[in-house]
Amino acid sequence: MSNSDLSQELKEEVEALLNAYVQCIDDDDLERWPDFFTDECLYQVIPRENHEMGLPTAVMWCDSRGMLEDRITALRHANVYQVQWYRHIISNPVIKTEDGDTFQVQSNYAVFKTCNDGESTVYNVGRYVDEIVRDKGVLKFKKRSAIYDTHRITTLMVIPI
Amino acid sequence: MNAITPPHLKWPVDTDYTAVPYSIFNSREVYDLEQKKIHNGPTWNYLGTEAELPEKGSFKSTYIGDTPVVVTRGQDNEIYAWVNRCAHRGAEICRERHGKSEDGAYTCVYHQWAFDAKGDLHGVPFQRGLAGKGGMPSDFDKKQHSLRKVRVVNHRGVIFGTFSDDTPDIEEYMGEDVSYHFDRILKGPIEIIGHTRQYIAGNWKFYSENTKDPYHASLLHLFHPTFGIYRASLGGGTIVNNDVHSVLWVENSKEDESKLSDVRSDNTRTYQDGTYQLADMSLLAGAKEFDDDTSTVIFSLFPSLVVHQIQNTLAFRQILPKNENEFELVWTFFGYADDTEELRNMRLKQLNLVGPAGLISMEDGESTELCQKAIVRDGGYTNVLEMGGVGTGTDDHFVTEGAIRSLWKGYRKLMDV
Repeated sequence: MSNSDLSQELKEEVEALLNAYVQCIDDDDLERWPDFFTDECLYQVIPRENHEMGLPTAVMWCDSRGMLEDRITALRHANVYQVQWYRHIISNPVIKTEDGDTFQVQSNYAVFKTCNDGESTVYNVGRYVDEIVRDKGVLKFKKRSAIYDTHRITTLMVIPI
Repeated sequence: MNAITPPHLKWPVDTDYTAVPYSIFNSREVYDLEQKKIHNGPTWNYLGTEAELPEKGSFKSTYIGDTPVVVTRGQDNEIYAWVNRCAHRGAEICRERHGKSEDGAYTCVYHQWAFDAKGDLHGVPFQRGLAGKGGMPSDFDKKQHSLRKVRVVNHRGVIFGTFSDDTPDIEEYMGEDVSYHFDRILKGPIEIIGHTRQYIAGNWKFYSENTKDPYHASLLHLFHPTFGIYRASLGGGTIVNNDVHSVLWVENSKEDESKLSDVRSDNTRTYQDGTYQLADMSLLAGAKEFDDDTSTVIFSLFPSLVVHQIQNTLAFRQILPKNENEFELVWTFFGYADDTEELRNMRLKQLNLVGPAGLISMEDGESTELCQKAIVRDGGYTNVLEMGGVGTGTDDHFVTEGAIRSLWKGYRKLMDV
């Protein structure tokens, strides 16, 4: 099944997950961010150039819920960076599923970053490539790759995409 | 012939390199002079690795300073480099970051002048004109119109380039200790596992200082102390070679308990007795892969390269100045061709520690920008570089700025100021 013959209900359920995920980050509700993943998971933020060359280097690479939590603990208590906010815009989700429980989803994203000086910049643009599964009835990311076109990261990346 | 010293390059007298005028970090005049005297001068600049040019015809675009350069592997299997500027009208010839030229030719799109991997001119369309009209003069000699060539050296699979005939042999240029660490980390054939790029709104020399500064490590980068892992009481220090190159090393086995009590009583954020615990300790599991206890080595080969081993991550960091206020930092991560799958996975996992989103390194871009923002109107003021005394050279501890003072000593020699 692809977008056209996917039931409206399933489509809305997947899109609700995509929306809730970015809202969680943009609302700085980051302690809840690991909840969007299954316990065994892979989250990576990888430059498009590496992805296209088949090179595995990612700037963030977490293969467990614990690693996702550690990212947030470090962000809150260890890392030093200027105040900043993200605003994610996501679009064009293409959803594929065979059974209504496992989904292959690709969507576009743009992240605007605003710092204390008030200037909003296009910080990171790319696509999400996801494997979404039903975990105790709830849709979660088993695998989420943010493959970014903006391969030149301005200053640093501390907040997940 | 000595050019007149720009006012921005006036150094305070009798300061033993403990005071650097801020004006050298945001003056266009100084920046242009650096490009001429340092990057185009008698220095070896990192261009890439042989691993990135696996076949005859492979090429890679990069820079020496802010000059665009293409590195190629010729049909004779040798490595060459030339400035990416057509000898005809100055257009950029190679427009890709990397790739392979199947026929070994590099053709400018503007008027299709064609060059070979060495940068020699082979083809000029309509050189003899059309139907007896036009064309180049009959004495036009293609041999006189090669691309601007870069002298290259392939040292243990790492490629360096220089514009100067006066640049010494690469090992002599590095010095004994940098050479030792270079050989240690390039111990066997490497494999590139990816690149990440960071663009920083700061002067490139602030980053050069940063990588020679063991003092900031446990004070700015709080990941390790927050999780109770790294402390300034560990063994290690800085070594200086030929003024401008340095080695910063940490040895895990040499923690000094007497130092630890000093760190505790100093009441800084540095030591927190592990306030937080990592939920997934596998990040730091690591695997021993060298015949010594050195857990971190960061060595810099001025002006363009920093090489690091931080636990099981290995990287070349290329410093590319863009203008007086900005530079790009290109991280090229590698492993060894004989890595086990387990070791390679450990490297990938530990890449979380370093690079633009590195848990223990992301702040370096930030600190550079903090300096750049604050000095804007205060070029006449100087910094204070007196930690660890006023001398230059090697130290066997972290509470020193000796390697930074050495950098400025060497910088002044190179810049002739």
